[in-house]
Amino acid sequence: MDKKNNKALSPATPPGTALANKTGSWRTQKPQIDAAVCVGCSRCAKLCPDACILMKMDKNGKMKAEVDYDYCKGCGICAAECPVKAIIMAKDY
Amino acid sequence: MEYKKNFLTPGHNACAGCGQLSAVQAVMRALSADTILVNATGCLEVTTTAHPQSAWQLPWIHSLFENSAAIASGVKASLRKKKKGTKVVIQAGDGGTYDIGIGLISGLWERGEEILYICYDTESYSNTGVQASGSTPWGANTVTTPADKKSIGAQQVKKDMIGIALAHGLNYIAQSTAAFPDDITNKVKKALATSGPTYIQILSPCVPGWKIKTDEAIAAARLAVQTGLYPLLEYSNSQLSSSSINQNFQAKPVDEYLKMQGRFRHLKTEDIAHIQKNADKNISIYKI
Repeated sequence: MDKKNNKALSPATPPGTALANKTGSWRTQKPQIDAAVCVGCSRCAKLCPDACILMKMDKNGKMKAEVDYDYCKGCGICAAECPVKAIIMAKDY
Repeated sequence: MEYKKNFLTPGHNACAGCGQLSAVQAVMRALSADTILVNATGCLEVTTTAHPQSAWQLPWIHSLFENSAAIASGVKASLRKKKKGTKVVIQAGDGGTYDIGIGLISGLWERGEEILYICYDTESYSNTGVQASGSTPWGANTVTTPADKKSIGAQQVKKDMIGIALAHGLNYIAQSTAAFPDDITNKVKKALATSGPTYIQILSPCVPGWKIKTDEAIAAARLAVQTGLYPLLEYSNSQLSSSSINQNFQAKPVDEYLKMQGRFRHLKTEDIAHIQKNADKNISIYKI
């Protein structure tokens, strides 16, 4: 038996394997970011417990927040903490 | 892959709106890839490592509730033998810190090993269903300190863990809350640049434990600071540093903080006045 490549016999779990766990299915409400209002401060991205808000550059070279709905659990922290109220929580069920 | 650089990836099983996991993300931003994490038993361990998955992208080890400090010492000893400068960071909850692990933490601090200990203070045993811990504040309604006609809830006073760390003569001790992610990141960086053992305690609101809404953890952590109940503190060489003192501090009354939380909802006006005295005491002690 190939002991070296047998994951069941490995003493350690490979890194980042929880990414297979798409926690977005937990969600009952969904954050919607208005890119026109977003000032790119990244407060939502820093506070997200699931680290699933990503700061991405738009066509005009400005940083905007974007939600990865694969993992967003819909807690609403981003909407509650957004300093310019660019995020609203919509029903998602 | 989008999450290649995250030391803690999404896909973990913490509750929606978990204050602790929000704080952990701020801690992770301060670490380098040359770090080994030691985790005590608790929410963080359980939610991030559901077998056969792991949300960690750093070397990570868990053994028991009480021995994270001893495990970290062992890790450090093997690194010393290999002449490696890899940082060792312990992460634990308040149960593993204030109660179960305190003996071995004291030993770690006595040995003076260069290990950062981070306590995510949820003020109860959140993972097992919100039992009171040594960190539970007076008046809190928990499973083991139920509030009813005859009882106020938790009757003990929150243990002063920062004071215990100070008594061990640590070179760097800090306190923060989940609402101040940049403050957390800065403090972790400072702790890692300090020689000897270091201790950081972060108030991490627990959605089911504190009986708050899923979007309120950060607001609660902010009010804890604004009321003076959980000030942002920093001690370098046992001296309270001036950077932790907010010049424009305008204290808010504690009832705003208490009334948003179900665990304090039973408190009467005179009880709230008692807690207000504690906040006022903090404000005068720490000159915030």
